[in-house]
Amino acid sequence: MLNTYFSLVFDPLAVFFVITILTISIPSFIYSLGYLKGHYSTRKIVLGQFLFGLFVLAMLAVVTAGNIFFFLIVWELMSLSSYFLVIFDTENKKSIEAGTIYMVMAQIGTAFLIAAFLLMYQQSGSFDFYVIKQALVSLPIQQKNILFLLLLVGFGAKAGIVPLHIWLPYAHPQAPSHVSALMSGVMIKTAIYGLIRFVILILGVNALWWGELVIVLACISCLVGILNALTEHDLKTLLAYSSVENIGIILLGVGAAMIFIKLGYPVLAVLAMGAGLYHLFNHAIFKGLLFLGAGSIYNATGSRNIEKLGGLINKIPWTSSYFLLGSMAISALPPLNGFVSEWLTLLVLFLGALTLGGGLKLFFCFSAAILALTGGLTAACFVKAFGITFLGQARSVKVEQAKECGLAMNMGMAILAFLVVILGLGVVFFIKIFGFVAGFVMGVDASLIRFSLNSFVISLPLANNIFLATPQLLLLLLLCAVFAFVLLNLFFGRAKVLLGKTWDCGYYKLTSRNEYTATGFSKPFRLAFSFFLLPYRKLNKVKESFYHVKNFYYETHTTKIFMDYIYRNLLGSTFRLAGSMRGIQTGSINIYLGYIFLTILLLLVFRGIF
Amino acid sequence: MIEIACLAFLSPLLSGIISKIKNNLRFRQGPSIFQPYFNLSKYFSKEEVVSSSCSWLFRLTPYIVFAATLSALLLISFNRVGDLIAVIFLFSLARFFLALAGLDPATTFGGMGSSREMFIASLVEPVAMLSVFAIALSAKTTNLTFIFAQQSMSVPTIMATLALFLVALAETGRIPIDNQETHLELTMIHEAMVLEYSGRSLGLLELAGYFKQVFFFWLISSLILPGFNEPVFLIIKMLVLCLVVAAVEVSLAKMRLFRVVDFLSFAGILSAMAIVALVLGA
Repeated sequence: MLNTYFSLVFDPLAVFFVITILTISIPSFIYSLGYLKGHYSTRKIVLGQFLFGLFVLAMLAVVTAGNIFFFLIVWELMSLSSYFLVIFDTENKKSIEAGTIYMVMAQIGTAFLIAAFLLMYQQSGSFDFYVIKQALVSLPIQQKNILFLLLLVGFGAKAGIVPLHIWLPYAHPQAPSHVSALMSGVMIKTAIYGLIRFVILILGVNALWWGELVIVLACISCLVGILNALTEHDLKTLLAYSSVENIGIILLGVGAAMIFIKLGYPVLAVLAMGAGLYHLFNHAIFKGLLFLGAGSIYNATGSRNIEKLGGLINKIPWTSSYFLLGSMAISALPPLNGFVSEWLTLLVLFLGALTLGGGLKLFFCFSAAILALTGGLTAACFVKAFGITFLGQARSVKVEQAKECGLAMNMGMAILAFLVVILGLGVVFFIKIFGFVAGFVMGVDASLIRFSLNSFVISLPLANNIFLATPQLLLLLLLCAVFAFVLLNLFFGRAKVLLGKTWDCGYYKLTSRNEYTATGFSKPFRLAFSFFLLPYRKLNKVKESFYHVKNFYYETHTTKIFMDYIYRNLLGSTFRLAGSMRGIQTGSINIYLGYIFLTILLLLVFRGIF
Repeated sequence: MIEIACLAFLSPLLSGIISKIKNNLRFRQGPSIFQPYFNLSKYFSKEEVVSSSCSWLFRLTPYIVFAATLSALLLISFNRVGDLIAVIFLFSLARFFLALAGLDPATTFGGMGSSREMFIASLVEPVAMLSVFAIALSAKTTNLTFIFAQQSMSVPTIMATLALFLVALAETGRIPIDNQETHLELTMIHEAMVLEYSGRSLGLLELAGYFKQVFFFWLISSLILPGFNEPVFLIIKMLVLCLVVAAVEVSLAKMRLFRVVDFLSFAGILSAMAIVALVLGA
């Protein structure tokens, strides 16, 4: 009996996710050894590490569970253990609020999953993945559509697909940084695992619009995520929003794979899924790195608000180099790993547009344009995040005295930073692994697909002469820089450098108050995208006389459309509904007995009909 | 390879020619077309003033920008290393570091320039991608060599090339997006970002700008009348392009920052039309 309930699977997809989880968990754990020490008491550290272990274990169980019953249990265990980690700073009121929002959204997602799983069980009479898979073949298409939508909403709530993303910017910043790294880097990816496992592997792609819907949602997630990140000044909230965007990029690959397999292009499907998985792995690494970096900044300065930081590059040189690498990778700059997977995703969309005709050609081209817009906005966002935080002058005394974090924390970040570079340069090696996993998912023998030309150049299948070689690209970049340096020194002699003051237009003295702020930096974006961000601003001048302004108050923030217009209304109507239901609860035991009698009667009638 | 070396070497000349044409259109004498070379040699031999609040990033950036732009140019002949899409990413590598360097000296000008540059760049990106897609879909590949070798010219490529020309105006900091000649605080974009640079670093950044310009000019002129892509014809086409750019610069005023959105939406619609035309099989 136990065997049927707690079976495990170790197919390539499960193993891939196990490796992803471990790759982020181990550096995060090393980091936590240094991070927790300064902030919490010993008892709390023990509790924290226990919960951390439980969380990792639950995630590992989610991706290896072999039947839906076990899957659901560990899925809830994962939500629960991460909930306790979100509210780890219990004295902080914001943590409790964030935890509640997280829990509500997680439960809404699980409700949809349970509905989907019940449908599956009803059809197959079994919990086992493989039995379900066989039983679902005979399911009529309408029910398959319903099943797909239930799964999409259920896993979408965990993955943070817009409009189900609202919990990410609350929950991720509140957890301790090494947990945020895990939640943003890996936990939301278990939902992608769920989508791949249940929709593509078990249900099978049955309609073209499934893939199209996934791509449309992906594009919306990309734009909404990054626009919110751009106007956000809390470093960890910014990173959480950018996770929404990156889930979008991953889903672009997954959705394209769904379309290709439905239309019968297995090679393209493998490539698209491979691009999606590559970006999934990459995002786990650089987002983990950036969250750990944000933790180190918080550790050194006591602040996560980038408006209060500045000039940290000389104070915490190691953290700043790691953070720079992470920012470069997430902005898809060559030759790092983010560049490789974003390039692959773009090329998948290109090959899709090339192969398919009509409306789908347009569809893929515009998805690529949206991906490009997202890329541009991401670069802007991380120029802001890195530039305002690390460059210029310190904006407070505490930042002035910031110290580099300890060995354990540095180690944790160094491992991930190393991986950022390796996954960028070793693309030929990794594309084969991701291609193999993708081949398993799409049911295609990927060994038949040639990914690489020789040991350094990857060439995309279907010929077309499209090549990319990141090691050579790096070499080219280095050679060009050295070439410039050597030639200049040869012809014009050594560079003469004078140290001077920044040009201040003859002003007395430049202070950090003259620097450009993060709010200022994102202003053009706030105005140009005001139709979505709905910026609010308030000016207040306190005047001494008609001519002389004594004080000047300026306040601006953007509107969280989804929270303020959709979820608050939903919440309000839920409370109103609950309030109106209060009338039937009179407190009289006779009436309650009457209710019970009525319920039984209704159930009997219900059973009689069905 | 020799072709690329010639292109790189002659790239400052383009700016010299454009400025000469501009001056002649305004009935002025103007500096010689070799002025950019004189400027470069002056920058390279002069000493450099670096702000004391700058970090190592500020000193490193000119080399990164130079390397990224030159690599983009070199990809034309090293077609096994990267394609046209990789070129777009290389330009964004250069821009990323330039924008960071703008924030490094802790001045308002630099931050303002970085913010505006990233704003415009992020809007240019989708337009560039759509027109690149339209061109690459006609060529059936994103490989630069094959795109340059394309022989036929169709409605989609004409439209996409036009959109690419508007993109080039934005990417090279030309009127109506930006003005290379101004140092007025309120209007400058690219110049604000590099305001703190001097001497050798400034020279490298200028040279990188010339490389980027020549890349776009070369791409556009080889896409127009693709039957005539012998070096002589290419040079003639590039000179015509210089004339067009100069005429645009003389006859238009710089746009307000938020009018740029309209300008780029027009370019975006143009490139979207190119894709639609491609689907319709024109």
